[in-house]
Amino acid sequence: MTDTTLDLSLYAKPSANGGLAMDLAIDGIACGACISRIEGAVKQLPGVTEARLNYTNRRLHVAWADPFRPAQILQTLENIGYRAHPFIPLRAEQEEAAEARRLTRCLAVAGFATMNIMLLSVSVWSGNVTDITPETRHFFHWASALIALPTAAYAGRPFFESAWQALRAKSLNMNVPISLGVILALGMSLVETANHAEHAYYDSAVMLLFFLLVGRTLDHAMRRKTRAIAGNLAALKGDTAHRFVDDELVSVPVAALKAGDRVLVKAGERVPADAVVVSGVSELDESPVTGETTRRKVAAGATVYAGSMNYFGALTLGVTAAGSAALIDEIEKLLEKAAGAKSRALRLADRAARIYAPVVHLTAALTAAGWLIAGSSVHDAVVTAIAVLIITCPCALALAIPVVQVVASGALFRAGVILNAGDAIERLAEADSVVFDKTGTLTLPEPRVVNAAMLAPDLLALAARLALSSHHPLAQVLAREAAARTPFDGTEEEPGQGVRALIDGAEARLGSADFCSVADAHAGEPGTSRICVAHGGRSATVAIAQTLRPDAVDCVKALNALGLELHILSGDRRDAVEPIAAALGISNWRGELKPAQKIAYIETLKAQGRRVLMVGDGLNDAPALAAAHVSVSPIAAADLTQAQADAVFLGEQLRPVVQAVVGARRARRLMAQNLWLAAIYNAIAVPVAIVGLVTPLIAALAMSGSSMLVTLNALRAHRGPHIMPTQAEESDAS
Amino acid sequence: MNVLVYLVPMALGLGLIGLFAFLWALRSGQYSDVDGAALRVLSDDDIEK
Repeated sequence: MTDTTLDLSLYAKPSANGGLAMDLAIDGIACGACISRIEGAVKQLPGVTEARLNYTNRRLHVAWADPFRPAQILQTLENIGYRAHPFIPLRAEQEEAAEARRLTRCLAVAGFATMNIMLLSVSVWSGNVTDITPETRHFFHWASALIALPTAAYAGRPFFESAWQALRAKSLNMNVPISLGVILALGMSLVETANHAEHAYYDSAVMLLFFLLVGRTLDHAMRRKTRAIAGNLAALKGDTAHRFVDDELVSVPVAALKAGDRVLVKAGERVPADAVVVSGVSELDESPVTGETTRRKVAAGATVYAGSMNYFGALTLGVTAAGSAALIDEIEKLLEKAAGAKSRALRLADRAARIYAPVVHLTAALTAAGWLIAGSSVHDAVVTAIAVLIITCPCALALAIPVVQVVASGALFRAGVILNAGDAIERLAEADSVVFDKTGTLTLPEPRVVNAAMLAPDLLALAARLALSSHHPLAQVLAREAAARTPFDGTEEEPGQGVRALIDGAEARLGSADFCSVADAHAGEPGTSRICVAHGGRSATVAIAQTLRPDAVDCVKALNALGLELHILSGDRRDAVEPIAAALGISNWRGELKPAQKIAYIETLKAQGRRVLMVGDGLNDAPALAAAHVSVSPIAAADLTQAQADAVFLGEQLRPVVQAVVGARRARRLMAQNLWLAAIYNAIAVPVAIVGLVTPLIAALAMSGSSMLVTLNALRAHRGPHIMPTQAEESDAS
Repeated sequence: MNVLVYLVPMALGLGLIGLFAFLWALRSGQYSDVDGAALRVLSDDDIEK
């Protein structure tokens, strides 16, 4: 239930018409009819002046005039079946949106110019073999120049700027040969036009820009889409905290907490920020922070960490570190070190550029020298050399990798994997070892009932309905799992003990063994929590434990089959890790590891020449994720951990991790194929250019032909990575 | 062929109008929710009942 007193002023910002406005991420949108349902319901609220849903990125923009509580919007949406949470766009996302608009403008200008110059060029080409007059050709060339020069100055800027930055840093990237090719082609065409020559290359230069902008715009659009979805998921996780304001409790979003605030954490709630216990006694489950599944007893003076689950009593906390930025010092230090030491793998495209650029420029220079030695004029030698540069213009080469990335990340997105880093695909493909965290990664983030099959169904159903009235986290697990919906009337909760109610004339109790007068609760393996139920002489013990993700065993087999070496590094006790490792058949496992020890283990693997893929979710995994060659987190992971991961996977299954590896390997193969295709194209085209046979028509055909070939090959990455028989669609973003 | 002297600039001018129309549409946010626009056209909530 949404608390209507929730104070959301942190998220409100002044709107254009003088009131206030807010953006909300919405969960649960299934079809087009949702648009009018959501907008209609919100617009009916008194005070709301504007409500517009963006269906593409699932965000609602609401504006209102003052005396109005935005928490009502959340309540209204919840009543009609949607979950909403205020949303502040990250700076990175805003910058990306601006860059995307700029690329689209450049693309539009380049597209317009390409069409019109082609119109003129085709006339010249056909005229050259029939009866065009030199005056008409001259006029067409000048008209082309008039279009091409401003276009290159505008639409070429993304390439020129990047090339300039690379040159200033004394390095080479793919934009250097592109920029040089465009500038030389335009310069030579201008000189040729001024000299009334037969050939000009305006079309080649502008078409090159157009093709490359298509690739970049698509790449950007794909990344923006995944970034927006990830941003929504992060916003929807946003919790609220109860803050004391002059001894009165006010609900605020966790992000609004500041150091020094006092907050109340009731049983069954998560600790909102790093804090010190002021009063109260309870037990905390710190597994999201440390991976340790045994609960820790806390009392006044104890330090507690954001994300821990409060099991029993209400705690009053003094916040020490603000909101979601909360972090243990030690982890922060390790993180900086690990991220700094991480040698960013040189990307495939840059490696190709470093070989390609000098070779092409040397070939062009040698061509000019060769023609001069053979006795031709300086003019002819220079024209031929520039023709070499144009025909080798790395159109295919520059498209080879981005197009594969776009198509492959789209396929991975459908499989439930969201990529955070642009070069994650390449690094995923290189991984040869996988290091798993245990708690929340190999196991489900929430514990599950493990002995449901052994209990009487009616007693289990009764226990689940009783559990609805309890705030205890274990009771909530039970209620959720048994899909209980109707609580009993007249239930009484005894904090730290259990719930009781009068049902069918007999008292029913749900809670600890003592509370239910059941004897055998302490028997059984460690790591399993028990919750007892008693009703009219009958009783049962429900066992609740961390369970493996449903497809973990299959996934481990699949990863083994792919030739990956598997390891488990856990912060949990050894006797909790061992059965999991045995069930999965993973012999390399360690328990009771501190974050620094996890890094040390990964560094050892790296020293052996291994490329490590780290899969982890806890705050204690964040440094290890940063230290690994490439890293993946489940979507339930801590915010900070997710920020370190190169990719995030959705859903309850582990299968997306396997799909990420398979998809990335296939994408990597396609990238290599594309680079070879581009190389073969150059091997054929360059000799033709050196001999001096390249006309603008041949250049245009060769360039668009090779780009098409590379793009079509890249589209083969579109087929999703199907490697396992299970076809569950739980990974869907909704 | 003197007709080309004004036909070609006219053709370019028409193309430019199209280009500026697109840039205007982009600036006014018409491309910010392309999926939603496709669905909104199907709803009848703008018809007075």
